[in-house]
Amino acid sequence: MAILEVSGLKVYFHTRNGVVKAVDDVSFSVDSGETLAIVGESGSGKSVTCYSLLDLLPKPPAKIEGGTALFNGHDLLTCSAAEMRQHRCNDIAVIFQDPMTSLNPFLTIGEQLIEPLIYHPNKDQVTSRAEAKEKAVALLDEVGIIDPEVRFDCYPHEFSGGMRQRVMIAMALITEPKLLICDEPTTALDVTIQAQILELIKKLQETRNVAVIFISHDLGVVAGIADKVMVMCDGTIRETGDTDNIFYKTKDEYTKKLLAAIPEGAKTLPNRCNTDEALVEVTNLKTYFRNQAAAAKDDESQFVKAVNDVSLTISRGEILGLVGESGSGKSTLGRSILQLAPTTAGSVSFNKQVLTGMTPKKLVPWRQKMQMIFQDPYASLNPRMTVFETLSEPLLYHGLATQKTIAAQVKTLMDDVGLAQAQLRKYPHEFSGGQRQRIAIGRAIATKPEFIIADEPVSALDVTIQAQILDLILNLVERHNLTMMFISHDLSVVRYISDRVIIMNRGVIIEQGDTEALWAHPKQQYTQDLLSAIPLADPVSERNRIASR
Amino acid sequence: MYRFALGRLLQAIPVLLVVITVTFFLVHSAPGGPFSADKAVPPEVIKALEEQYNLNQPVWQQYIGYLGDVLRGDFGPSFKYSGRTVNELIGAGLPITAELALYAMLVALGVGITAGVGAAMRPNTLQDYLPMTGAMIGICMPSFLLGPLLVLIFGIHLDWLPVSGWGDIPGDKILPSITLGTGYAAYIARLSRGGMLEVLSQDYIRTARAKGLSERLIIVKHALRGGLIPVVAFLGPAFAGLLAGSFVVETIFQIPGMGRFYVQAAFNRDYTLILGMTIFLSTLIIVFNLLSDMLAIWLNPKLRHELEGAKS
Repeated sequence: MAILEVSGLKVYFHTRNGVVKAVDDVSFSVDSGETLAIVGESGSGKSVTCYSLLDLLPKPPAKIEGGTALFNGHDLLTCSAAEMRQHRCNDIAVIFQDPMTSLNPFLTIGEQLIEPLIYHPNKDQVTSRAEAKEKAVALLDEVGIIDPEVRFDCYPHEFSGGMRQRVMIAMALITEPKLLICDEPTTALDVTIQAQILELIKKLQETRNVAVIFISHDLGVVAGIADKVMVMCDGTIRETGDTDNIFYKTKDEYTKKLLAAIPEGAKTLPNRCNTDEALVEVTNLKTYFRNQAAAAKDDESQFVKAVNDVSLTISRGEILGLVGESGSGKSTLGRSILQLAPTTAGSVSFNKQVLTGMTPKKLVPWRQKMQMIFQDPYASLNPRMTVFETLSEPLLYHGLATQKTIAAQVKTLMDDVGLAQAQLRKYPHEFSGGQRQRIAIGRAIATKPEFIIADEPVSALDVTIQAQILDLILNLVERHNLTMMFISHDLSVVRYISDRVIIMNRGVIIEQGDTEALWAHPKQQYTQDLLSAIPLADPVSERNRIASR
Repeated sequence: MYRFALGRLLQAIPVLLVVITVTFFLVHSAPGGPFSADKAVPPEVIKALEEQYNLNQPVWQQYIGYLGDVLRGDFGPSFKYSGRTVNELIGAGLPITAELALYAMLVALGVGITAGVGAAMRPNTLQDYLPMTGAMIGICMPSFLLGPLLVLIFGIHLDWLPVSGWGDIPGDKILPSITLGTGYAAYIARLSRGGMLEVLSQDYIRTARAKGLSERLIIVKHALRGGLIPVVAFLGPAFAGLLAGSFVVETIFQIPGMGRFYVQAAFNRDYTLILGMTIFLSTLIIVFNLLSDMLAIWLNPKLRHELEGAKS
């Protein structure tokens, strides 16, 4: 018998702008020891589905309009608050997406771990503090926290993202739940950490025989671990079935679109770079930040060496991919090249002209030639400026347009990046994430730059939108004869777009080379680990890969 | 933490010097002097008085001399309360005003936090609107209106509480404390509501719910600490404000605190008393701000660690 049986679930959000059917008539079931993956893009209702089971949605605006969710025969949707506490304590646990924000920064992780045990609603299940600690330390050890006895008394900020997610997992397992809901547990993590966390969840599931609902936007992530896959879009189920059927015998059009959007394989366009002429030359560049928490002043540790002695050249016309995990210094390197971060030593030259040490005033004409596309289109556009203002500002500032020609020039830009001209007077919040990134790209190419640094331009976007934006970028590079440095943590994306790749870690370059050559024969251990951690959207090879690790 | 506190105290020295200098030259440049009165006084008397208090010297000499006195902790003699020093006057008034301010603060914290947290738990319901409307009224209501109003209702109409004095009749401390605390209670209610709403929407509150903790535990253990940080940061300025702003309430309820000295000194051109009070209150403001900043830092483990790291 299925441990959880959901049928006809409807969750609507009653907002000022009308009713949003976040989840509309969704049915599924999970057995003990089974993993169900719910896959969909943002707004598909996958998280709302699971949060409604544990009454974790803000009400209002959310309202459960219908359906049943039977957990071992008890309906979760109609039970009392006291019964719900029982389910939360004993039966169902959740691992949330962002381990940075999902742990309370004011309490030690130990305190947060033992809470469900020492404040258990059932008198006979209340555990003493000492006993709970013993159990928590054992669990921390099991999820791979080194020195758990000591780390028990640490606060969340003393852990890295991957370690926090391990703590989250321990916290979810401490009550020995029968159903574990994982809401995008690896989305905020680096690819090597993601692989470790996925393995850990898989292992813990097998030893404990719990049922798992695994929510993800990434079909690649679920391929290796899911038994069943349910694809959702706009609050409805598009397709449910065995993992192999979903991947190999796809029926639904939307699922096909999702699978097709996963960047796979090599760059299809030829390398446009045909000279050895270096456009950007970086020599022994160092960017250090002062470490606020450092000990003595004269100590080496007072500096965070974000970029530590990096030298590279970018030839005219090439797309250089820069790959690294979080904290590798890749974004700082990008900003340092554009003189947006203060460099400590070394030089950057553009078109044979040394930029380091220039006054801000002297840099102005060079800024026109070098532009940047930022990661988060929600944060990098000024919310109080219309699209027209955002796009016209650089043109007017650099004297590339006059009041007479500006309207026509901005309209051309809108066409270039695939936005309707009628939307010129709108503000950023009126656009979707993908459209916003188009605006940000339009702003970057407005001044007709020769060189663009794109810093994770697609990592905040859904996979289908990501594919569109990547194609737009490739298209613009071709048409405007651009040279580009493309920064990303996503190896598949970098492979899809770059001619040459640089792998960075801890502020230094680990390895570089032509993309396909490097993919085929990575020389460094770090690169090999990185490449082998990429999840593949192919269940069979993914299972083999996990088994072989 | 010590280094942080020491640094902040060192920063306070130039601030205090500016305060002393500006106040000193302002009061001396104001027309009239401590001994110009309505009644005509013989010039030789004034001259003798000015000599006695060194007022015949050039202003800059008086300034240097005064700075030296202040360094030794001596605010000099009062010009109007003859035979008494400024130190004595502050010493006599401070305990009473401090007690009043303390009670007012307790009223403000108790009422403000209860109302604010209650409102944040059920936003946009009656439990939110009622206390917040009350808070709005509390902020708008000046104490010279609220004081007499309370006196009328509880002192005269209902005859429950005494209407004036301090420590003479049991219960005479209640009305002044409420009068002084209400404005701050209202402000604290709004601060704590805002802080709690912010915290309650955080992901880690959802985590706590998912763990099956009771709603009471979630509020008390998980939300309050972060939610009340804005209130903690406000405590320092608020306490200094209570001490400095007690004049109206002290006048209404005939309380012999130090608030009245401040106002009377200004009317009387009592140079040393004005200066003494100003320096004393500025020091209090600086110290209380520092204390509340330190408390806010101590409450946040991350900031605490960073400071401790900088110390060792």
